Amino acid sequence: MHKIFIRSLVSSLVFLFTLTVSAVAKDVKAAFVYIGPTGDHGWTYQHDVGRKAVEDAGFKTTYVEGVPESADAERVLRQLANSGHDIIFTTSFGYMNPTNKVAKEFPNVKFEHATGYKREHANVSTYAARFYEGRTILGTIAGSMTKSNVIGYVASFPIPEVIRGINSFTLAAQKVNPNIKTKIVWAFTWYDPGKEAEAAKALIDQGADIIAQHTDSTAIVQIAEKAGIFAFGQASDMDKFAPKAVLTSVENNWGPYYVDRVKAVANGTWDQKDTWHGIGDGMVVISDLDNSIPADVRAKVNQLEKDLASGKVHSFTGPIYDQQGNLMVAEGQTADDGMLAGMMTYVKGVEGDIPK
Amino acid sequence: MIKIVKRDQPSRAIFFLTPVLAIFLTLVAGGLIFYILGFKPFEALKFFFIVPIADKYGFSELLLKATPLCLIAIGLSFCFKSNNWNIGAEGQLTFGAIVSGGVALLFYDQEGFYILPIVILAGAIGGMLYASIPAILKTYFNTNEILVSLMLVYVSKLILDYLVVGPWSNPEGFNFPETRQFSESARLPLLFEGLRIHAGIFLALAAVVISWFIFYKTYLGFQMKVSGFSLKTAKYAGYKGKKMIILVFLISGACAGLAGVGEITGPIGQLHREISPDYGFTAIIVAFLGRLNPVGIIFASLVVAITYLGAETAQIFMQIPKYTGQVFQGMILFFLLASDYLLFFKIKFIGSKK
Repeated sequence: MHKIFIRSLVSSLVFLFTLTVSAVAKDVKAAFVYIGPTGDHGWTYQHDVGRKAVEDAGFKTTYVEGVPESADAERVLRQLANSGHDIIFTTSFGYMNPTNKVAKEFPNVKFEHATGYKREHANVSTYAARFYEGRTILGTIAGSMTKSNVIGYVASFPIPEVIRGINSFTLAAQKVNPNIKTKIVWAFTWYDPGKEAEAAKALIDQGADIIAQHTDSTAIVQIAEKAGIFAFGQASDMDKFAPKAVLTSVENNWGPYYVDRVKAVANGTWDQKDTWHGIGDGMVVISDLDNSIPADVRAKVNQLEKDLASGKVHSFTGPIYDQQGNLMVAEGQTADDGMLAGMMTYVKGVEGDIPK
Repeated sequence: MIKIVKRDQPSRAIFFLTPVLAIFLTLVAGGLIFYILGFKPFEALKFFFIVPIADKYGFSELLLKATPLCLIAIGLSFCFKSNNWNIGAEGQLTFGAIVSGGVALLFYDQEGFYILPIVILAGAIGGMLYASIPAILKTYFNTNEILVSLMLVYVSKLILDYLVVGPWSNPEGFNFPETRQFSESARLPLLFEGLRIHAGIFLALAAVVISWFIFYKTYLGFQMKVSGFSLKTAKYAGYKGKKMIILVFLISGACAGLAGVGEITGPIGQLHREISPDYGFTAIIVAFLGRLNPVGIIFASLVVAITYLGAETAQIFMQIPKYTGQVFQGMILFFLLASDYLLFFKIKFIGSKK
C-alpha cells in the first residue's frame, strides 16, 4: 500500500514535471526595449507594431518605453532578463554595450540588438534594415517630380546609416534627372517636431519643392502640406498626417523578423546572426503610391521595387563619384556591405559638407 | 467654518513636515491616477515603490540612482540657500563629464593608479569652469543667472554631440556617435561583485558631511543664510557679495561635474550622447524636497530615485506607461510648493455661531 502510494506519487510528480517543462518550452516570453514613446508614429511605433505581431502569433510580450541610453538601460535589461523573458529585443543603437554586458550574465536569454555591430557573446544577434533601398525608390520619385530641381533632405546625425540614405536617394534622383541637387539640413535629433519643422521651413526657403526626411516625427510632412509641396513619410505610413503632401513612405516592417526569431527560440533553433534585410525580405516596405504620381513614374517605381527585391538592381551601382569627382565605385561594380556600413562621404550632387 | 490665518512666524515643525506631507499626497494622487487608468491602485503602488527595492540588487540600484541626484542637489543647495538660481546643473554635469572623459580617453590604453584621481579632478574642474560662466556674468555684468545657466545646458549638450560624433568618436566604431571604452584604471571601483554601485557614493556622502559643516559651522554658511533671507541685509552687513556668488557657483559646478564623472566612469564607461537622464534638472526637485538640508537631501534623493526604478518595474509587470514616473516627480514638487502655503498660513476651524 505504502509503496504503491509512493510510486504513484513519484510518477505523478514526474508527469507534472514533464508537463511544466513542455509548457515552459512553448511559453516563450519576449521583451522589447524602446528608446521613445510607443506613440511617436516613427521608430518606436513601428517596433511596437512588430511586437503586436509577436503577440498575434501567440506569444507573451512585455515592453518598456522611453528607456534612456544612459546607465538606466542596463538595469532595465537585467530586470527583463531576470523576470522570465527568453528573448529581448533592444531597439536603439545606444543599447549596444549594455546589451552585450547583460547578455554575458544571462547566457540562457537571447538578445537581439537593432542597428549595432557588437556580438560579443553567443546569445547576441544584431539586425538592421536596408532602408537605403527604400530611399532609392524615394529618390526616383523625387527626381521625376521636382520642378525646381532642388530637393530638401532633413537629416538627423552624420553617421553612416544617414549618409548612406542621402547618397542612395541622390543617386536615384540623378539617374532620372541629372540636374537635381540635394540640400541637407542637419537637425541633430531623431525626434523633435519643433526642430524638424524649422529644418523643413529652411529647406523650403532655399527653393526645395520636395522634402525627404531621416527623422521620425510627422512635423515635416505637415509643414510640406501647408506649403503645398511634396514630402515622403518616414518609418510608418504618414499619409494620414498630410494626405496631399505625402507621395509615399518607407515603412520599417519588423513584425516578420520578430515573429521568426521568437518562434526560433520556442523551437530551440535560435542561433546567432547578423541580419540586414531589405525590400526583398519585407523588412523595408513602400507604402501605397499617391495619386498625384504620374502613371509613367508609377510604372517605373513598381518595376524598380521588384528589381531591388530580386537583387537585379542594387542601390549603389557604379560609376559613383564623390563630391570632388573621385571614383567611389567603378562602372559595373556594386558597393559591398563593408563599404556601405562605413560610408562617410557624400556622392556628387549632394550640396554642403558632412558636419565634422 | 474654516478660516485661514497668517502665522506670525513660519513654523519650524511644518518646515520639515511638508515634504512628508507632499510625498503622502503624491501617493494618494498617484493611487487615484492608477485607479482612473484602470489599474489596482495598491498593487500599482506596490510595484512602484516596494518591488524595485525588495532585494539586494534592487537596493543597490536605488543607491546608484540616488548618488548623482544627491551630489548635484547638495551643490545646488549652496546656490539656492544664497539666492542664486543655478538651473544649469545638467550643463555643468555634461561639461564636467566632457573634461573628465577627455582626460580618460588620453589614457585609454594605459593602466595606473594615478589615472582615476586625475580623471575625477578633471570632472570637478570642468563643472566649476562651466558654472563660473553664469557666476561671472551675474557678478560683473548683472545678467540673469537663471537664463544663462539654463541656456548653457543646451550648449554643453551640443559640444558633447560634436565631440562624440566627430573628433572623439571611436576609430574602430564605424562612425557611430560614441567614444572608446575607458581603461579599467579610469573606472570608479565597484563596491560589491555583481552590483553596479561604485565608489562614487563616497563622493556624495563626503559632499553631505562637508556641506553640513559649511552650512551650520562656518562664516560662509552664515553669509549664505543671510543673503538668502535678504540681499539688502547682506549688503548692509558688509558681506562681499560677488565673492560669495562665485564661490557657491563653483561649489555647485564641482558637485555636478563629479556627478557626471560618476556616471561615465561608473556604470557607462565611455562618453556618448546620452550620459544623464536629466539628473541636473531632477536634482532641483531633490534639493527643495530635502529642504536644502544635507540630511534631508539624502532622503529626498532616495525618494526621487525610486520613482525612476518604480516606473520601469510598473511597466514590466503591470504595463503601466513608464512616463508615470515623471508624473510622480512633478506631483512631488507640486504638492511640496502647495503645502509650503502652510508655512506661512494656518487653517483654523471655527464653530459656527448662532
